[in-house]
Amino acid sequence: MKRSRIPVTLAVLALVAALLLPDNVPVSAQQNVIKIATQSPLSGGQSTLGVGIKDGAQLCIDQQAARIVTGFRVQLVPFDDQAKPDVGVANAKNLVTDPDILLVVGHLNSGVAIPSSEVYNDNNLAMISPANTNPLITDRGYRVVTRVVGRDDVQGQVGAEFAGKDLKVKSVYIVHDKTAYGQGVAEFFRDNAPKNGIQVLGFEGTEEKANFDPILTPIGARNPGMIYFGGIYDQAGVFFKQARAKGIKALFMGPDGMDSTDLPKIAGQAIVGMHYTTVAGPPAFYPGAAKFIADFKAKYKRDPEPFSAQAYDSCWIGLTALANAIKAAGGKKPTRLQVTNAVRNIKGFKGLTATYSFDAKGDPDPAVYFVIQIVSSDPAKWGQNKLIKTLRIKPPAAKK
Amino acid sequence: MEWDILIRIFPQVLVDGVTLGFVYALIALGYTMVYGVLEMINFAHSEIFVMGAFVGAEVLLIMQASGALGSIPALPLLVIVLAAGMAAAGGLAVAVERVAYRPLRGAPRLVPLISAIGVSFFLQDAIRLTESLWRNAFFLTYPTIAFFDERIRLVATVDISVKSLTLIAVSILMLVGLSLFVGRTKLGKAIRAVAEDQATAGLMGINVNGMISLTFLIGGMMGGAAGALFGVQYGTINPYTGFIPGIKAFTAAVLGGIGNIPGAMLGGVVLGLLESFAASYMSLLSGGAFGAEYKDIFAFSMLILILIFRPRGLLGEVVREKL
Amino acid sequence: MRNSSAAIPTIRAVLRRPPVAMVLASVYILGTGALVAGTPRSLPFFLLFIGSLLLLYYLQLPAWFKAVGMGVTLALLMPFFGTRNGFYMEVATQVGIFVALALGLNIVVGLAGLLDLGYVAFYAVGAYTWAIFGSGQLLKSWPQLSGIFPLGGGSPTGTAWFFVFLLVAVAVAAITGLLLGLPVLRLRGDYLAIVTLGFGEMIRVLANNLDHPLNFTNGPIGITPIARPPIGPIQWALGALGIEATPAQIYPVYFYFIVLLVVGIVITVTNRFKNSHIGRAWEAIREDEPAAIAMGVPLVRMKLLAFAAGASFAGAMGVLFSAKQFFINPESFTFLESIGVLTMIILGGMGSIPGAILGATGVTILNLQILKQFSLTLNDWKNAGVTILGYNLANLPPQLEPAKYERMVFGVILVLMMIFRPQGIIPSRRRKMEFEEAALEKEEFAAEVVDTVEPKAE
Repeated sequence: MKRSRIPVTLAVLALVAALLLPDNVPVSAQQNVIKIATQSPLSGGQSTLGVGIKDGAQLCIDQQAARIVTGFRVQLVPFDDQAKPDVGVANAKNLVTDPDILLVVGHLNSGVAIPSSEVYNDNNLAMISPANTNPLITDRGYRVVTRVVGRDDVQGQVGAEFAGKDLKVKSVYIVHDKTAYGQGVAEFFRDNAPKNGIQVLGFEGTEEKANFDPILTPIGARNPGMIYFGGIYDQAGVFFKQARAKGIKALFMGPDGMDSTDLPKIAGQAIVGMHYTTVAGPPAFYPGAAKFIADFKAKYKRDPEPFSAQAYDSCWIGLTALANAIKAAGGKKPTRLQVTNAVRNIKGFKGLTATYSFDAKGDPDPAVYFVIQIVSSDPAKWGQNKLIKTLRIKPPAAKK
Repeated sequence: MEWDILIRIFPQVLVDGVTLGFVYALIALGYTMVYGVLEMINFAHSEIFVMGAFVGAEVLLIMQASGALGSIPALPLLVIVLAAGMAAAGGLAVAVERVAYRPLRGAPRLVPLISAIGVSFFLQDAIRLTESLWRNAFFLTYPTIAFFDERIRLVATVDISVKSLTLIAVSILMLVGLSLFVGRTKLGKAIRAVAEDQATAGLMGINVNGMISLTFLIGGMMGGAAGALFGVQYGTINPYTGFIPGIKAFTAAVLGGIGNIPGAMLGGVVLGLLESFAASYMSLLSGGAFGAEYKDIFAFSMLILILIFRPRGLLGEVVREKL
Repeated sequence: MRNSSAAIPTIRAVLRRPPVAMVLASVYILGTGALVAGTPRSLPFFLLFIGSLLLLYYLQLPAWFKAVGMGVTLALLMPFFGTRNGFYMEVATQVGIFVALALGLNIVVGLAGLLDLGYVAFYAVGAYTWAIFGSGQLLKSWPQLSGIFPLGGGSPTGTAWFFVFLLVAVAVAAITGLLLGLPVLRLRGDYLAIVTLGFGEMIRVLANNLDHPLNFTNGPIGITPIARPPIGPIQWALGALGIEATPAQIYPVYFYFIVLLVVGIVITVTNRFKNSHIGRAWEAIREDEPAAIAMGVPLVRMKLLAFAAGASFAGAMGVLFSAKQFFINPESFTFLESIGVLTMIILGGMGSIPGAILGATGVTILNLQILKQFSLTLNDWKNAGVTILGYNLANLPPQLEPAKYERMVFGVILVLMMIFRPQGIIPSRRRKMEFEEAALEKEEFAAEVVDTVEPKAE
């Protein structure tokens, strides 16, 4: 038995070595390369948005890097966090060992961003988030964490106010997806509902992805004026579709997790007319983004998703910060700490989607919130959703 | 406690539970048949079920892309989807048996069980791989077939969608057909003989391997039909969809009496009802403290209780182990 | 060991001579060590370095040399490399954790023959025990508890309660093991498997949902920050030696050594169990339960002991895991994890301690490093537009990435191992003999059947 094992083991080792070869070359620190990593779900149910983030960042690097960052080549290193905290953290631990990575653009899911940012914080690696809305992301006061979008506590407030004052809703049943994001934003909506004249008939969470009949039956029997789903489109779409199929007539509403061209694909007619709040809209909403949309379509052969423009801006801010840090370091490669500080020092940065300045926690000041109404069940028409309201709200001060 | 709501939704929850129950019943058939013949839990059956769902989805999606979807009336469409799902799932089941279980026949109990787990995991990712390459997405949504989404009002507070009715009808047809096959035909008798005593059946001139393959084929076809119907009924599927329904269906098979075909049907419906009632009523009854998220725990607890207090199930026969 | 017919000793015989073997082993260890030191980010060299442990195991060497060799490799060289490339420390620590888990499951499945598919539940129980008490979790609902022991996340330099809770978690996990064992005592193999699977899932769902009405686990959001073991003394010691190091630099190496220590204890305990009457009772139960009963083996007590023992290892490692990660949530404790640990002992060899260690090391490195490296390399090739057989890799969909297919890898390993080598790579000697006997019996029976029955009924 031992005799036949040796050649087999050697063969396996040789194969493994071959496939792992590129990293054999001493790449301890490539002198003139700076890498920006992205972490977002590139596979799985939310990959539409995750890939959009990666592509937005890539387009930014293609268009802006050579212009802004002199003396260094900038590369994108995409990572797939699969919307799972464990994977995000494992990726984070891996990417911090690459000394060329000086910035991370990510994540999509707050539940992944929070633990991963612990790793970034330990290593002074700056993270700019194009999409994370949970307040805890910045409330921890980590210097490395910055975001370009608003927060769920404000978003829940905006949603409740709109439902109560504008839609004159009197009762709501809240369902969430039992993730950090979904449950978080649902709780904020619930907390703000009573002061806007809305009675909360129920608050329930579910991990179910396919069969919502048992949950929908009691909801239908209570006859709420509105159903609020705190979660993401891949689950919400099925939920709303089955709700309408069961004859539930309530209004539907959701947070920015609804914002994806996959929602009409899954839910069809059921979501037409519903509203959602968001911290980012389809790129078509931004006057400065017209060229971005055209360029994106030319390169990737499809329309940009929500958050793609935000990813572009995050990356753009990152590149500017890198350039500032390089200058401050006298033309040499900056340390991660220097990049982190440079990001926070950005003031009045004119991006595609807004002009950005950050407060002491890393929240954008002010942050923009939209209330949007869905007009069509055709995914291609997602950009034509009606913008009902735009609000610019200062981020809340740190609670501690 | 809102009694009026509790009472009002009762019939609807009942209907939903029966629908769900028949899905479980169809899947449970695959488990119970294989267990009856080989005394082994075919862990991979949940992926065979999902395979049926995926093939059905692909057929519909391809038809939709080529524009043919509108031109075929609903019922023949359903037959096509079912047939495709059943064929694919049945074929997969036979292949799995040939590759992963037959070499292990006669090995200690643990061995084919672990192999089955391995096959289950392999298939989950194999389906994901295939779909990723083919379609660059593996969370698939079934295109809607308008006819099936219509709802029929049964009584004042209860309505049922056409697809639920279809599901129940098709399930009953298949179950009856299967019972007749196993109980009345010669092949069925051969299968029962192999389930009873493999060696003797072989001595009687029965092609044991062939009968085992046939069992897997039939069980797989049932699972595939369940998959296609599941997809039409609930809309979205992914390669990991099969895991939880698979466990629940096995629970149903045990509940009804493992190895027993009417038992699987009964067990499935009972479990579907239990789960539906648990999900709908838990939050109402507990004042919001416990909600629908505990329905899976409920199902597993049922399993444990059944196995402790009535290990032979509702319709199963007592098996005395000779010491 | 001389081959009497050969006058010239074969290479193998030469290698067997202890002095030659010792030189070979030393050269190998130092050589691969130098390679890793020179190129800290090179994966193949790291794997070769780890292979030195295997080499030490297989070569015939005096026991003292093996001990010294392993000690140098694990306690000196590995941490040194860890300071050069933090990821290696992470991998090594993870490997250590999984080695302990594999050894724990080995007791339940390998020795006692109880197929437990929900082993991760005990891991979760241990992890959450420390997470709940070693963080500010309970303060959310009961702020009046503040000030009592580590509640509140502890200071950045850690708290000694960590070590206390290592033992507490062992107890809690063991009790959980008993609770699981009690209802399933009478169940047969396959039913037992499903029930334990259900139990594992139940624990996960409970962890995900025990945030209302009383918030124990904080649900899907998870618990963070979690307190760590104290580094005060270490910082002081390093300061005395004149070495400056931040907590972020100390902790990875610190955890590694704690894990190494706990793994050592686990190995010793397992060995003791295995070679005692308890271990033999377990193996008797595994082989033939009715015979074991007839022989007077106290079935209930032994089965419960197996569950409790296996669970306690997982509980201890859970505490380490949650402290190391600084954050836990229910998603770390899925069925996939349970199957992962099962795959480790199946691959390595059920019932065998070196087998479990090999399996755990192999599978963990496969997952953490090899698959990820494949992904990264594939990504590099995609970026560079490499074409294979005319197909431009840049067109490969992003959904396709080797790192995500660990289920497939587990599945293939399980099936192939069951078909071709069910006793594992390093089987325990008893099992090896069993399988050889069984194979012999099968052949004889097959030969008989063919003679007496017509060919149609196989």
